[in-house]
Amino acid sequence: MYSTKYVKPNSTSEALEAIKSLNEGKFLAGGMTLIPTLKQRLASPDGLVDISGCKLDSISDEGETLRIGAMSRHVSVAESAVVKKVIPALAKLAEGIGDRQVRNRGTLGGSVANNDPSACYPSAVLALKATVHTNNRSLAANDFFTGMFETALEEDEIIESISFSKPINANYIKFPNPASRYAMVGVFVAQFDDGVRVAVTGAGEGGVFRHEEMESALSSNFSADSLKSINIASDGLISDLHASSEYRANLIKEMTKRAVA
Amino acid sequence: MSEGIGASVLRKEDKKFLTGKGRYTDDINRSGQTHAYFVRSDVAHANIKSIDTKAASAASGVVAVYTGEDVAADGIGGPICGWVVPCRDGSPTKEPPHPILANGKVRYVGDHVAVVIAETLAQAKSAAELVEVEFEELPAVVDLESASSSAEIHKEVPDNCYFDWELGDEASTDKALESASRVVKLQVKNNRLVPNAMEPRAALAEYDDVSESYTLHTTSQNPQLTRLVIAAFMFQIPESKLRVVAPDVGGGFGSKIYVYAEEAVCTWASKKINRPIKWTADRTQAFLSDAHGRDHINNVQLALDDNNKIIGLRVDTICNLGSYLSAFAVSVPTYLHGTLLSGVYDIPAIYTNVKGMATTTAPVDAYRGAGRPEATYLLERTMDAAAREVGMDPTEFRRLNFIPKDAFPYQTQVALQYDTGDYEPQLDQAMEMIDYKNFENRRSEAAKRGMYRGIGVSTYIEACGIAPSAVAGALGSRVGLYESASVRVDPTGTITVFTGAHSHGQGHATTFAQIVSEKLGVPLANVDLIHGDSEKNSFGMGTYGSRSLAVGGAALVKALDKVIEKSKKIAAHLMEASVEDVEFNEGKFAIAGTDKEKAFGEIALAAYVPHNYPHETLEPGLEESAFYDPLNFTYPSGAHIAEVEVDPATGVVEVVDWAACDDFGNLINPMIVEGQVHGGIAQGIGQALLENAHYDENGQLLTASYMDYCMPRADDLPSFKVGYTNTPCTHNDLGVKGCGEAGAIASPPAIINAVIDALSPLGITDMSMPATPLKVWKAIQDSQSVAAE
Repeated sequence: MYSTKYVKPNSTSEALEAIKSLNEGKFLAGGMTLIPTLKQRLASPDGLVDISGCKLDSISDEGETLRIGAMSRHVSVAESAVVKKVIPALAKLAEGIGDRQVRNRGTLGGSVANNDPSACYPSAVLALKATVHTNNRSLAANDFFTGMFETALEEDEIIESISFSKPINANYIKFPNPASRYAMVGVFVAQFDDGVRVAVTGAGEGGVFRHEEMESALSSNFSADSLKSINIASDGLISDLHASSEYRANLIKEMTKRAVA
Repeated sequence: MSEGIGASVLRKEDKKFLTGKGRYTDDINRSGQTHAYFVRSDVAHANIKSIDTKAASAASGVVAVYTGEDVAADGIGGPICGWVVPCRDGSPTKEPPHPILANGKVRYVGDHVAVVIAETLAQAKSAAELVEVEFEELPAVVDLESASSSAEIHKEVPDNCYFDWELGDEASTDKALESASRVVKLQVKNNRLVPNAMEPRAALAEYDDVSESYTLHTTSQNPQLTRLVIAAFMFQIPESKLRVVAPDVGGGFGSKIYVYAEEAVCTWASKKINRPIKWTADRTQAFLSDAHGRDHINNVQLALDDNNKIIGLRVDTICNLGSYLSAFAVSVPTYLHGTLLSGVYDIPAIYTNVKGMATTTAPVDAYRGAGRPEATYLLERTMDAAAREVGMDPTEFRRLNFIPKDAFPYQTQVALQYDTGDYEPQLDQAMEMIDYKNFENRRSEAAKRGMYRGIGVSTYIEACGIAPSAVAGALGSRVGLYESASVRVDPTGTITVFTGAHSHGQGHATTFAQIVSEKLGVPLANVDLIHGDSEKNSFGMGTYGSRSLAVGGAALVKALDKVIEKSKKIAAHLMEASVEDVEFNEGKFAIAGTDKEKAFGEIALAAYVPHNYPHETLEPGLEESAFYDPLNFTYPSGAHIAEVEVDPATGVVEVVDWAACDDFGNLINPMIVEGQVHGGIAQGIGQALLENAHYDENGQLLTASYMDYCMPRADDLPSFKVGYTNTPCTHNDLGVKGCGEAGAIASPPAIINAVIDALSPLGITDMSMPATPLKVWKAIQDSQSVAAE
């Protein structure tokens, strides 16, 4: 890596001040994407603002919603008694991210802000009608993800927490890339009183997306059988060494079936 | 002795490794040390128009920047070919120059263009970014089948063909194919692999201007050969002016046999700057520039008579040897491959032709098994295809064609003579272990769950204990392949063994000590092993080809016999008896028919404190050396049976059961052997299901990190059932054959045969490696669309 400055402020406001003092500063959350990028010299920020001291790691049941601090590590979400009780599918998702070392470092906010098309968390945010709370506004999940590695976050905006709506029933099933074990296809299905949400990660050229046809089929009949006649189009799906777009289309349906089985 | 031969004692070296006390090349640092970073080509094939190093040379912390011109100006040569073969037309193997820094041309992505040496690694990297290289790009040559008609890579290598070699009797083989009642034809591809040793390659080079000598610490499987090649062939300095040390080395799998450009550049430059130079590859550099493995296309024709007996085999192979000829690249697809084509079968006529091709990819050389996995894969796939065609159970078809046990020694039609073997009991035992006879019940049960279950057999043989030097020499080897051992007994009876073999995971500190313990009756704790240092060890040929025990162990036995012989003389003197009456058992020298005896330690003390000693006939001291050159290869064999389940919805292949029954001859430490079998099978499962080095049409390695190159992990593997038969090797004193590569040789065809068996209800008869979920799913989809038509 190139040499760079490092600061670790104690609050979001200090962090914002710190980033303003830099030309091309970067917020550092868990660093699971940023650190490898720096090590490979693919980025050269003039400073890193580590937000792990900003007290953004609480997890609380707020009635209608479950609120998780952006700096909550994957292991904290996976092992949280509250998360396991209120949205067990979310704990299961966190438990399946990366390996033990990644789960000890990686954070919810970092994953969502990066919006890697193969990351697991964006599917939960989208399926669980989450609200993303930043230092100056709250954004609905539908408005937050704007494309592969793209979000509605402004320059120097920090995610502080995310509120997930509590579903009646939810599940996340992923088909890992055999090499990287990132989601080659991951499907988060969440059933609410007013319908079902199906969010797909790992597969879309534009990043995470909802599959409305499956949502309406499952809303009227929450069973794998209701998906039988649905044909998943391969248009707009990623095609690479490991999976053609047709194969990903197959996996989307298969993983959704398994999620509702 | 409970610690001797045959005891599963825990490994002496594990405390060091498991507590982080291993000392690897990168752990060693020197005062005044600098760091090297290589500027590598990012294009596959290009003429170098210019290299501008001015800005880099002026950058902060930079000590020196060198290019191929500097190397050439000092007359430094490149790594040499250790083995060559004659071509069919009588011409020799084409050996193009292999400069350690590119001189005028680059030939693969990762080729070394320049080296930057700086005070810190970060400074070297930053300065490397300032080296400006102007390339004139040339067409990449990636596709093996069209390589002969693609752009010229070396002017010395017409049609990009390094050699066009043959073995066997073409006329009688073609006659067998013509007269056959059935010819089974198959094309198989052996996928290209990246070795991925846990420790990447590294070097620490130093020059002492007083003694005018170099010291190189390097990640080598055979430091002695590295010393010989760099000193005598590349630098043309007295061999004694270079010391090469391979300290702890974290895995090799073949990739650390050869001399590489980086270690030679660091050694050369350490004199120029008169400071130590450290270089350690990062994982990306390892992917790009370690010698890769496999990469064959084999066209097979198997001739059968009316009784389904094999009467002939023809194999036409083209193999990818990459941009330069690595040290043993030529031997791998020829004499380590063509000679194994008889397998465990009685085949009266065999012919093979192998074309070794140049491409603009990384050099390809030996990788765990080296030629034998490729031979086994094509043969065992063909055996299954033939069994299917004739409607026989694959085990029955194999039995029908096994070399019968009364036929040994058995002369194959491809140069080798198998000394011993008995193939039916191995197959019987493996079938029993996996409950072969009830497999169809398991298939039906799986089908009820919507899964396709299959079973696949591989009955393999390999040639290990490389190698009888006279044979190797006659076949084109430029090196001898003996091994050395010295045994130094201390005055108090503790023992140090020096071996020319090199352990980089094999457990020699334990197994070699077990041999000493068995032979001399001393506790294992009293035996230490020294290896890997040209200043301490006698000349030896290192570790690869499952040779350490069969050749190095045999040398150790010879040295121990000399120790015992001398000890008996000392004992005879001390006990005033004749040497003929001295018997040695369990660490005690006794006079037959009396109660007189002396412990081994007493003899050692007498040898070093020779107050009462036969000085007129015997030198003091107790230290003996031996060299051993094997009389033949050894021939481990075995039967591996894999059981898999395929999920048609996703194409995922799960290996659900595994039985391996191997004949390695006598076992020194069954626990270590079992570990070798496990590791070998894991690597074979990697090749068969997961791993593939993929270059795109521009010669870019797309699988250059673990994000895309899929290594086997624990949860990809079943629990292995491992068993043995034993027909001891007849020509070494230990009766051992070698076990390091067997798993990787046996396993890939067992898995692919099992996958094809699983999918056979769909009419699928072929599957290439790696059988990834995508590929298997696509095959199932295609079979269903065929069925629908």
